[in-house]
Amino acid sequence: MSSTTLHAAAPELPDVLPPRKARGRVAMFAYRHPSIFVGGLLVALILASAVFAPWLGTVDPTALAPAKRLRLPSETYWFGTDMLGRDIYSRVLYGTRVSLQVGISVAFFASIIGMFIGLTSGFVRILDTVVMRVMDGLMSIPGILLAIALMALTRGSVGNVIIAITITEVPRVSRLVRGVVLSLREQPYVEAAVAAGTRVPKIIWKHILPNTLAPITVQATFICASAMITEATLSFIGAGTPPTIPSWGNIMAEGRALWQVKPFIVFFPAVFLSVTVLSVNLLGDGLRDALDPRMAKKI
Amino acid sequence: MFAYIVRRIVATIPVVAIVALFIFSLLYFAPGDPAAIIAGDQASPADVERIRASLGLDRPFVVRFAEWSWQVLHGDLGVSIFTNLPVTKMIGQRIEPTVSLMLLTLLLAISTAVPLGVLAAWKQGTWIDRLVMMIAVSGFSVPVFVVGYILAYVFALSLDWFPVQGYTPFSLSDPLPWLRNLILPAMALGLAFVALIARITRATMLEVLSQDYIRTARAKGVGQRPILFLHALKNAAVPIVTIIGIGFAGLIGGAVVTESVFAIPGVGRLVVDAILRRDYPIIQGVVLILSFVYVLVNLGVDLLYTLFDPRIRY
Repeated sequence: MSSTTLHAAAPELPDVLPPRKARGRVAMFAYRHPSIFVGGLLVALILASAVFAPWLGTVDPTALAPAKRLRLPSETYWFGTDMLGRDIYSRVLYGTRVSLQVGISVAFFASIIGMFIGLTSGFVRILDTVVMRVMDGLMSIPGILLAIALMALTRGSVGNVIIAITITEVPRVSRLVRGVVLSLREQPYVEAAVAAGTRVPKIIWKHILPNTLAPITVQATFICASAMITEATLSFIGAGTPPTIPSWGNIMAEGRALWQVKPFIVFFPAVFLSVTVLSVNLLGDGLRDALDPRMAKKI
Repeated sequence: MFAYIVRRIVATIPVVAIVALFIFSLLYFAPGDPAAIIAGDQASPADVERIRASLGLDRPFVVRFAEWSWQVLHGDLGVSIFTNLPVTKMIGQRIEPTVSLMLLTLLLAISTAVPLGVLAAWKQGTWIDRLVMMIAVSGFSVPVFVVGYILAYVFALSLDWFPVQGYTPFSLSDPLPWLRNLILPAMALGLAFVALIARITRATMLEVLSQDYIRTARAKGVGQRPILFLHALKNAAVPIVTIIGIGFAGLIGGAVVTESVFAIPGVGRLVVDAILRRDYPIIQGVVLILSFVYVLVNLGVDLLYTLFDPRIRY
C-alpha cells in the first residue's frame, strides 16, 4: 500500500536534483556499497592468487637452496630468499592457501555449530542456563590462550588449528543466535504461528532460521578475519601449523631471529596478512551495513 | 543495590568453576604419562603402576578434579615439569613486566581512543571522522606482532629513539628506562584496543548526541566542549567501560605475543616457552590465572556501573 502512495507522490516533488547520470550496474553497486565492493574485490583477488599460486611465477615453496640463502628481493627472487634459500615470494603465495583455508573453515564450522547451539538453547529452556553458563566459561578464557592450551595438547596440523580456533569462536556465535531467537520468539508473527499450531521444527525452519542468516553471515566474515590473525599468531609463537607448511605465521616465525638485519623476510608475509584481514574486515563492515542496518547503527 | 552486588558476585562462581573444569581437563587429557616419565626407561609395567598409584593418578576424574580444585584454592598450581619449581612461584617471578605492560597499554589506549571517538562523533561525516574510522578498521586488521615489528623498525632500529627489545624493572627513583622500554610494546599492543574503544565511543556518542537534552543544552547556550565532555561523554560511559572490560581478553592474548616480539620476560614469554617444552602445568597455571583475571575485571566493570550510572537499578 505504502509503495503506491509513494509512487503517486513522486511526480509532485520539485525537480531540484540534477538528473542522475546513467551508471553501469557495477559502478552503481560500488557507489552504494563501497566497503563491500573494495573488500570483495580484494578478497576475490587474494582467493584467486591462492588458487592459481602454482601458475603465478612461483617455484616449490619448500625447495631448499642453501647456496642462495638470504638474497635480497631482486628480479629473480621477488621477495628475496630465507635462511634456507627458499623463495619467499612462493612461500608467501602458498601461505595464502593456509590462511584462507583456516579462516574460511573456522568461519563455516563456528557458524554451523554456533547456530545449532544457539537455536537449541533459545528453544529448549531447560538447557538454556546450562549451555549459556558453559559458553560464558569458554568466553572467559582469552581466545588466544584457549587456542594455545588446545594446541599444546595435540600435534600441530592445519586441521587441529582449525578445531582449536573454532572452539574459541563458537560461544560468540551461540550467544548471537540465541539473542536473535529470543527476540524473534516474541514477534507477533511467531506467536501467531505458535497459536495456529505450527510445529516447532517448522517454526525454526521457516521463521527463525531465515532471520538469523544475515547476522550470522556478518559474524562469519569477522570470524574469518580473526581466525586468520589467530592462526598466524599461533604459528608465530610456535603453537600452530607445523613448520614444514609455509604459512604466513611460520614464515614470520622463521624470520624473527633475523628481523633486525633482514627485515624483508618478516615484512612480506606481514603485509599479505594485514591486507587480507583488512579486506575481509572491510567486506564484513559493508555486509553489516547492507544486511543489518539495526546492528550497523549500534556499532 | 547490595543484593545486586551479592548476586553478581555469586553469578561468577559457576563461570569460574567451568573455566577451572575446562582447564583441568586439558591437563588430564594431555599426552604423556607422568608416571612413566618419573619411572624412567628401565621400569617394569608393575613399577609404573605402583608410581601411578602413589601419585594418585589412578583415581577417577571427579576425585582428581576435586583435589586439584582444593589445591588451586590454596594457591597451589602444581610443579613445572621442566624446572621442578612451583608454578605459582614461576608466575610470580614473571608477573611484574606483564602487569606493567598491560597498565601502560590501558592508560595509553584509553587516553587516545576516547578523545578520538569523541572527535569522530563530533565531526561526523567529515574527513576527520573517516580518518578515525579508517584507523579503527586497520587497527583491527593488523596483528599485534606486525605492529610491533613496524614500530620497532621505525622508532628503534632506524630512528634509535627507543631500545629495540628488553625490559627494565620499574623503579620509583628513575622510571624513565622502564618507560622507554615499554612504550613501543604498549603502543603495539594498544592499537587494536584503541580501534575497539574509539569505535564504541563514536557510536555511543552519536546516539547520545542525538538526544533531546543535548539539544536543550545547545539551545541554552552551553559551549561545544562542555556538551561533548560533560553532558554527552558522561552518559556514554557505560558502553565504553563495558567494551574495555570485554576487550581485556584481547589485551591478555596480545600481551603474550607482544612479550615475544620485544623480549619482555613476562608471563606471556613463560607460556610460549612452556609450549615449546610441553610443560603442561605451566600452560595450565598461566591460562587459569589469566582467565580468572579476566573474569574479575569484568566483574569489576559490572559493579562499577552501579557507581557510574545511578539510572541502573537492579
